[in-house]
Amino acid sequence: MKVLVAVKRVVDYNVKVRVKADQTGVDLANVKMSMNPFCEIAVEEAVRLKEKGIASEIVVVTAGPAQAQEQLRTALALGADRAVLIDTGTAELSSLTTAKLLKAVVDKEQPQLVILGKQAIDSDNNQTGQMLAALTGFAQGTFASKVEQAGDGLNVTREIDGGLQTVSLKLPAVVTTDLRLNEPRYASLPNIMKAKKKPLETLTPDALGVAVQASYEVVKVEAPAGRQAGIKVKSVAELVEKLKNEAKVI
Amino acid sequence: MAILVIADHDNANLFGATLNTVAAAQAIGGDIHVLVAGQNAQPVADAAAKLAGVGKVLLADNAAYAHQLPENVAPLVVELAANYSHVLAAASTNGKNFLPRVAALLDVDQISEIIAVESADTFKRPIYAGNAIATVRSTAPIKVITVRATGFDPVAAEGGSAAIEAVGLVKDAGISSFVGEELAKSDRPELGAAKVVVSGGRGLQNGDNFKILYALADKLGAAVGASRAAVDAGFVPNDMQVGQTGKIVAPQLYIAVGISGAIQHLAGMKDSKVIVAINKDEEAPIFQVADYGLVGDLFELVPELEKAI
Repeated sequence: MKVLVAVKRVVDYNVKVRVKADQTGVDLANVKMSMNPFCEIAVEEAVRLKEKGIASEIVVVTAGPAQAQEQLRTALALGADRAVLIDTGTAELSSLTTAKLLKAVVDKEQPQLVILGKQAIDSDNNQTGQMLAALTGFAQGTFASKVEQAGDGLNVTREIDGGLQTVSLKLPAVVTTDLRLNEPRYASLPNIMKAKKKPLETLTPDALGVAVQASYEVVKVEAPAGRQAGIKVKSVAELVEKLKNEAKVI
Repeated sequence: MAILVIADHDNANLFGATLNTVAAAQAIGGDIHVLVAGQNAQPVADAAAKLAGVGKVLLADNAAYAHQLPENVAPLVVELAANYSHVLAAASTNGKNFLPRVAALLDVDQISEIIAVESADTFKRPIYAGNAIATVRSTAPIKVITVRATGFDPVAAEGGSAAIEAVGLVKDAGISSFVGEELAKSDRPELGAAKVVVSGGRGLQNGDNFKILYALADKLGAAVGASRAAVDAGFVPNDMQVGQTGKIVAPQLYIAVGISGAIQHLAGMKDSKVIVAINKDEEAPIFQVADYGLVGDLFELVPELEKAI
């Protein structure tokens, strides 16, 4: 089967972001960017499906600025076969717009399976995979910690609030990854070199017939209320005394 | 203006997060209706009808909705949504699963995990693991929103007497089915709603050592949480993970034991009223958010604390 994997370029997860003084957003100038961690897990899962002989071809796609090519090359170095960049320039993309762009690529590529991360660590929306499933009419297996072929469909084990749930999905389907799905590999230097020669196609929202717009506007972005610096106590007895008499929480 | 809140439940119990979601609906203002989609879910509808502030309960009771598969629930909600200005669900794994599907079918953006209501169309939500708070104004004709439970005090579970109306719509897409589930069993309070939470991290070294946290938790009537490191190392099951991608908690008292305090963990607990950190590394970032820090060996300090309470 053909597998489509969607990835996103985001601020590296170790960076402590700062809010801009004019409250228009988060300062991304000169900040380290990386592939969203959940997307790495999505790429890894696709590569494993290929190694098991289940997937025949892996197409990786991103919607974002031209620099997002770096993340596509990373995915190619990890084992994806081809890449598609939907160049949206500096536009902020809502999850719905991203889902519409991805649907246009699904219509073109006709994959049997689309794998995405469960959320991007910048917007923390946790929407795109579900929205893509809605627009394509596919079944969805979100927050997956295990994906297995079962007959002509998929069994997906999902992380839910109380534990784990397994659902059976007919193909074509959309799966979104949880942290527990796998441990992503590192790209080796020879694979990074080889990835430079793999095909990377660039498309535009216009060519895909998708308008980049959103049904919301960000009024402002602020730093969260800071916590008062606390104190270090010397002993358990002092801690218990503080919790009882000062904080009154026990 | 009327608001539709979709109940979070397991066909027998109405989950607590629904009460916080109704509170968010009250902050928006307007008639509040609650949809219970499930199978043999009458007890849930009865519980929803008693909630303070709820005007009507819609019960869609059918085998197609037994496990709230999004492929079936989303089209049901979409059909009902035409009568509402807002559609809300708790930002539980259930709400996060089906509601974006609803939003896309309605061709609107979803506003995820709101923590405050500024007005009927403007909401606050955390981004970048809670390191920035965005104020977002929705221009969508129907506002589709998930609610972070810790942002709103729950409404009273008793006192209401809403009418329950059966909804006969059956949507069965037939493209997905429930196979089974493994739910963690625990006598302790639910992590998301507990007043006290005791959490362990990599410093516990193994799963067996978590028993000293269980002993402390039982003394305090607390729930037990964990950092990602403790979950990944196999000390405890995944549903105990607190953080950006796990559960978000805001108890009265959060005791972090052997947890360094990575950005992703802080995202899940930094709105707790009082934070206590027990860690042998006095440079650990967790001490920057802790009200009371205790530097030392957790294997000595935790049993000592348990005896002292």
